[in-house]
Amino acid sequence: MKYARLIWVNLIRNKRRTILTVLSVAVALFLFTTLRSVVTALNAVSEVGSESRLVVSSAMGITFPLPQSYYERLRAQEGVESVTWANWFGGVYVDPSNFFAQFAIDAETYLPMYPEVVVPEDQRAAFLAERTGALVGSGLMERFGWSLGQSVTLQGTIIPGDWEFTIRAVYDPNPASYGDQLFFFHYDHLYEGSNQQMSPGWYALQLADPNSAPEVINRIDAIYENSTAPTKTETERAFQTGFVTMWGNIGFLVQAIGTAVFFAILLVSANTMMMAGRERISENAVLKTLGFPDGLLFVFVLIEAVTITLLGGALGVFGAKAMFGPGNPMTMFIPGFEVHTSTVTLGLTIAIVLGLVSGFVPAFQAMRLSVVQSLRRVA
Amino acid sequence: MKIPILYNLRSLKERPVSTLTTAAGMALVVAVFVAMMALSNGFRAAMVRTGSSDNAFVLRRGATAEMYSGIGRNGVSIVAGMPFVARDANNLPLISPEIFVVLGLRRLNGGLANVVVRGVSARVMQVRDNIEITEGRAFRPGAAEILIGEAIIDRFPNTAVGDTFKFGGRDWTVVGHFSAGGSSFESEVWGENELLMPVFRGEVFQSISFRMTDPGSFDGVKQTLEDDRRLFVEVFRENEFYASQSELLGQILNFIAVFIAGVMAVGAVFGAINTMYAAVSSRAPEIAVLLTLGFKPGNVLSSFLAEAVLIAFLGGLAGCIITLPINGLVTSTTNWNSFSEVAFAFRVTPNVLVNGMIFAVVMGLIGGFFPARKAAKQPVVVALREG
Repeated sequence: MKYARLIWVNLIRNKRRTILTVLSVAVALFLFTTLRSVVTALNAVSEVGSESRLVVSSAMGITFPLPQSYYERLRAQEGVESVTWANWFGGVYVDPSNFFAQFAIDAETYLPMYPEVVVPEDQRAAFLAERTGALVGSGLMERFGWSLGQSVTLQGTIIPGDWEFTIRAVYDPNPASYGDQLFFFHYDHLYEGSNQQMSPGWYALQLADPNSAPEVINRIDAIYENSTAPTKTETERAFQTGFVTMWGNIGFLVQAIGTAVFFAILLVSANTMMMAGRERISENAVLKTLGFPDGLLFVFVLIEAVTITLLGGALGVFGAKAMFGPGNPMTMFIPGFEVHTSTVTLGLTIAIVLGLVSGFVPAFQAMRLSVVQSLRRVA
Repeated sequence: MKIPILYNLRSLKERPVSTLTTAAGMALVVAVFVAMMALSNGFRAAMVRTGSSDNAFVLRRGATAEMYSGIGRNGVSIVAGMPFVARDANNLPLISPEIFVVLGLRRLNGGLANVVVRGVSARVMQVRDNIEITEGRAFRPGAAEILIGEAIIDRFPNTAVGDTFKFGGRDWTVVGHFSAGGSSFESEVWGENELLMPVFRGEVFQSISFRMTDPGSFDGVKQTLEDDRRLFVEVFRENEFYASQSELLGQILNFIAVFIAGVMAVGAVFGAINTMYAAVSSRAPEIAVLLTLGFKPGNVLSSFLAEAVLIAFLGGLAGCIITLPINGLVTSTTNWNSFSEVAFAFRVTPNVLVNGMIFAVVMGLIGGFFPARKAAKQPVVVALREG
C-alpha cells in the first residue's frame, strides 16, 4: 500500500504515546486471554468426563459410601460392560497446603476402564503386584520432585495414621485435561488399613452403548430407591460438570470483568486517538488541500488506530499463550490449562474492534474537517 | 509558593473529554477492584464470624475438617464432665456434640450443591450466642424437625416453614429459619444430633463445641484435653477453627482480586500518563509563564501531580459509587475444605471503599509523576518560544 509510510510516520510521531497505548491494550488483552482460558479449561475438565461411563454414588451425597455388595449386582446389569469403584482418601502430604487428590482404586478393574491414564506396561505390572504401591501423575512427580521407587507418607484424615506408599508407576494423562496431578493406590490397602470398615465411595460403569445411558440410569436408581443406601446415577460428564458448577458462577464473573476491561481499555485507546487527531488538524487540512479525498483520510485514521490496538492485542494474546505453555503452574489448579485457539482468534478480533471503535470519532472528524477553518486556526 | 489548585480545576475543565475518558477508565478499574474485594471480604466475613472465641472446638486428632472427624459417645461424656465446661442454671453442661454431613442437593436455579446438615444439641442456642430464630420456632427434641439457615432459603426448594424436606430416607418438617450473624452457619440445615446420628453414620459425633467457664484459660483447656489418654483429639478455639477452614479459598479470592485489578491498573496508568503528557505539552507556554513568575519547579511538579491525582480521585469516586449496588448481593461458592456450599453476600465496607480510593490515588500519582517532572524541568526559554 503506497500510503503505508504516511501511516507509519504518523504512528511514530509520538513514540511514547503509541508505545504506552500499545502496552495498555496488551495488558488488557493478556488479562482477557487468561480469564477466558480459565473458562475454556474448566469446560474441558467437564468434557473429559465420558458419555459412555456412568458414575453411581450415594443419593445422599458424594461423601456417603455405598455397600460393597452393589458390585456384583451392577455388573450383572444389561448394557453394563464392566464395573469398578474408587474412594476419596483426603490424605495430607507433609502440610495441608500441598493439596492433591488421592484415590483408592480397584486397579485390576479401574485401569482397563480408564484409557486416559497412560502407564508404561512394566510399571503397570509393578504397581499391580504391590499392595502398598502407588500410581502417580507426572505433574505431581515433578511438583514434589519424587522419583520412581520412592516412598511417600501421607497422613490420613478420614482414617488417621501414617500411610506409607511406594511409587511404582507414573502416568501421563491423555487428554491433558484429565489432569496429571492425581495419586492412585490400591483399594485393598485402604480396606485393610481401615480395619475392614471401608466400602466403595462410588462405582464407575462402562456402558456397551452410550445411547442406553438414560435407560440404565433409571433402572439402577430404581433398584436401590428403597434400600438403606439409595443411589444417584449419572453420566461421568454430568458428574464432572457438577463439580465445576460448585465453584459458583465463574462464567458470569469472567464476563463481567471482561466487559469492564474492554471498556476501560477502549477509553484509553480512544483518548489516544483523539489526542492524535487534535494534533493533526492542520496537517489533515493540508492533505485535503493537496487533493486527498475525505474517505481516504477516514481510512488513514482507522488503520492507524487498528494498527495500535492489533499490535497491543497480539502482544497480550500471544504473550499469554507463551506464558501458559505446557506444564505452566496453572495446570496444578485446572488440569490442561492452556490458551485455546478460539481464545486467540477472539482476542485479536476484540483488538480490531477496539481499534475501529476508538478510531471512529477522530476519523470522522478528520473526514468532515473544514479546510479553511482549520488552516485559519493555525495561522 | 504553591500554585492554587483552582488552576488545575480550570485546566481540567478546559479539556473535558480527555479528563472524563481518563477518569472513566480509572473508575472501571476501581469498580472491578472494589467488587472483587467485596467478594473476598464477604466470604471471609462469613467464615470469620462463624463460631465464638468463648467456645472450644474438639475434633479427632489428624482430622483437617469436620467431615473427616469422629468422636464416640464416651469421648463426649469425658469432655462434658470437665470442670472448665460452663454450665447453665440447671447445672447442665453447655456442650453441643455435633453431627456433620454434607448432602448433595439440587439448587433452585439448577446445578448441584453440597449443603451441610448439622446435628446439634438442644442447648446449642446457649452454647452459641448469635443464633436467632427469625421465623417459626426451634426444633423439639425427639421430633423429626429441622431449622434452615437464612442464607439458603431462597436457593433450595422446600425450605419454607411447614415444608417437608426429604433426606436420609425420611421426611423432616421445616419448623423454622435461623440467622447466625452473617456467619457460614446460615448456609446450613440444623436438626437434633440424637436424631440425625442414626440416619447417617451410626454411633459417632463429628465434633464437640462447648462454652468455656473462662475463655482466657483456653491454652490450659487445650492442654488438658489433648493430653488426656482416654481421648484422641485436637482442640481449637471455635472461631479460629472456622477461620482456618476458609484460609485457602480466602487467599485465592484475594489473589484473584489483586491480580485482575493490578493488571487493569497497569493499562489505566498508561492511559493516565498519556493524558498528562498531552496536558503538559499543550500547556508548555503556561508552565513557562508560571516559572517566569517565580514559581519553583517543585511547585510546578506538585501542581501537575495534584492534577493527575484529582483525575484519579474523580475516577475512584465514580468507581466506588457504581459498585455500591452490589453490596448485599448474595452469591455462593464451594469451600473445598469442608466440601460444602457457602452462601455469602458481597460486602462493600467503608474499608473496601477507602482501599479503592487509595488504589485510585496511587494510580494517579504513578501516572502523573513523569509528565509532572517533565513540566517542572522544562527550560523556560524553549517553552515560551514554542508558544
